[in-house]
Amino acid sequence: MNADEKKKSPERASSVQLLDGVDPSRIPIQIHDMTIAYHRKPVLWDVDLDVPEGKLVGIVGPNGAGKSTMITSIMDLVPKASGWVKIYGEPYEKMRRSIGYVPQRESVDWDFPISALEVVTMGRYGRLGWIRRPGREDRRAAEEALDKVGMGEYANRQISQLSGGQQQRVFLARALAQDTQIYLMDEPFAGVDSATEQAIIDILMELRKQDKTILVVHHDLQTVTRYFDWVIMLNMRVVASGPTAEVFTDENLHKTYGGRLTVLSQAAEAVQDYERGRG
Amino acid sequence: MADFISFFTLADANVRFVLFGSLLIGATGGMLGTFAVLRRRSLMGDALAHAALPGVALAFMLTGSKSLPVLITGATVTGVLGVLIIQFIVNNTRIKADAALGIVLSVFFGVGIVLLTHIQGSGVGNQSGLDKFLFGQAAAMVHDDIIVMAVLSVAIIVVVLLFYKEFKALIFDPKFLQSLGISVRVTDLILMGLIVLTVMVGLQAVGVVLIAAMLITPAVAARFWTQRLHVLVILSALIGGLSGAAGTFLSSQAPRVPTGPVMVLVATGFFVFSALFGPRRGLVSRLRRLRHNELRERRHHFLRAVIKLREADPDTHAFTHEELAAELEWDPARVRREARRLVRAGAAVIDKASGEVRVDHVRLTQRGTAEGTFIVKSHRLWEHYLVYRDILSADHVDRPADEVEHLLTPELIGRLEDILQREHGLDPKSVVNIHETGSGYRPHGREEAEKVAS
Repeated sequence: MNADEKKKSPERASSVQLLDGVDPSRIPIQIHDMTIAYHRKPVLWDVDLDVPEGKLVGIVGPNGAGKSTMITSIMDLVPKASGWVKIYGEPYEKMRRSIGYVPQRESVDWDFPISALEVVTMGRYGRLGWIRRPGREDRRAAEEALDKVGMGEYANRQISQLSGGQQQRVFLARALAQDTQIYLMDEPFAGVDSATEQAIIDILMELRKQDKTILVVHHDLQTVTRYFDWVIMLNMRVVASGPTAEVFTDENLHKTYGGRLTVLSQAAEAVQDYERGRG
Repeated sequence: MADFISFFTLADANVRFVLFGSLLIGATGGMLGTFAVLRRRSLMGDALAHAALPGVALAFMLTGSKSLPVLITGATVTGVLGVLIIQFIVNNTRIKADAALGIVLSVFFGVGIVLLTHIQGSGVGNQSGLDKFLFGQAAAMVHDDIIVMAVLSVAIIVVVLLFYKEFKALIFDPKFLQSLGISVRVTDLILMGLIVLTVMVGLQAVGVVLIAAMLITPAVAARFWTQRLHVLVILSALIGGLSGAAGTFLSSQAPRVPTGPVMVLVATGFFVFSALFGPRRGLVSRLRRLRHNELRERRHHFLRAVIKLREADPDTHAFTHEELAAELEWDPARVRREARRLVRAGAAVIDKASGEVRVDHVRLTQRGTAEGTFIVKSHRLWEHYLVYRDILSADHVDRPADEVEHLLTPELIGRLEDILQREHGLDPKSVVNIHETGSGYRPHGREEAEKVAS
């Protein structure tokens, strides 16, 4: 693929496959020249990325590589230092309703006093908008989503009484209740038992069959080739992005997990130190 | 006494009104308190209230008016100013939230006291009553005050109902709410605004010193009784309302007793009762659960010991307390107690005189034998499972083996048997204790038991 016009960062790897020549309105997610910084410390550099439609996409990389940041930046939940994201060729604000989100399970307090069904119903809040209450239709959609993940009989359980795997399924059901074209999932397999992992992957494959695009932050390198059509390898920058068969190579793995990126992290530290000294 | 009766029968229209007012204030506090506590903002209410005091004094000094809307406006201005300063300190210095809160709260409160003292000494005719804002005096509320409060309370409740869905999502999963396009900042602002308003409305009746308790106490008391947010909100409002009304009533019985402390004491009574007797989370039910687990564990150990002794000598079914004590490494008195408990439960019998030597021996009934063999079997299957699999993946499992054996259900045991048989070619009928080779698991529990029973 030819990415010459976009070549801006000297560190860009040639193994990033962009969908040049494809109608942008057919590309679920396009990221251009995006840099994200927390407290002025860059965590993602110069991301140029295209995600093709109807694919199950894995995002892998070591801890602190910016995997979660990548997902949250697509949804504009973190401010961008530079660059833009387009959803089917449109800015995110216009396309909000076409993205479903599964945050990390640990990001919420599971002792919160609500039932599984109530959590799933939250997936309908987006289309309801401010103030309007969930109606019968929303309730039905939520129940259906719970059934789909095999949690129908737990609808009225308080969420703290669910196992980790069941909680993860509830989160997945909430995203299903959103009924969107694109799904962004932050470690949906973290801390779940193998039966749940299988159940979740079955659902993801089912979604792919319906031409949905699914991005999954993933930790288990063993299962990458089995689960994902397309893989994004991340370590503060995009090391590789493309069909799993082509880019999930030893060389790229080494680049992603090896010490090669210490230059970037050192640069980030230096920037932060500089800012701190100045502030 | 006449007072008492007139209050109790609510014959006096004014009394009825005051009572109604404090009920509303308590209920609103309880309602908003639920959200404040769940969002971990409960101390914000305390800072707000203390920072409101100078506002009350300043509003009076500037206008010379004691009307509630004027005082509430002043209170709100300095209250919000105090909270903003806290936020500013936290965002721009290395001082943490608790210290920032402490600084602002005490400085504002101190200024408030100075101003109040000044007003008291200035000899302005109608100044008396302002100090009621310290500890609250519901009875000092006049008709107009109560109307203002009632209107504000009802407005607060209506807004909470309108944004209930947003508040729920805001507290549970703000990132998700934001991803839906519902602004977390706006939602939070509305919630904070409501908390501010609630504090201001209750200021006169409860007082700046204790109003935070009217936010926190009903909410934490109610949390002991329910696992559902909407029930929690209603229950907390109910407890708050009852505390408000009861506090007003009780303080009116003893002149000069301020309302705030009495309300808070009543609410605390609700809290203590809930903390003791609340289902699941309450102390009593937790102790009972602990005791139940302990007894079950003891019973399991006892039964397991008997089965082991029987395995060691298949011809003997009855054992002395001393033999059991040696096997269990228990105090003999404890063995006796446990044996009696098992007899009561129909799991064992104690031979009083079975002919020759074996008097005062313990033997298991059919029921006890069945349970005992099941426990021994689960324990050993579990040990095998732990050995064969180094990673424990089943949902139920995250405890060490010895604890888990008491929790294994027949269904889970069935699954374990399947797994061990299918994947490791182990015959469950021949499960052997991997620690003590030689003591094999014998699946004859039932037959033996029938022999004993006949």
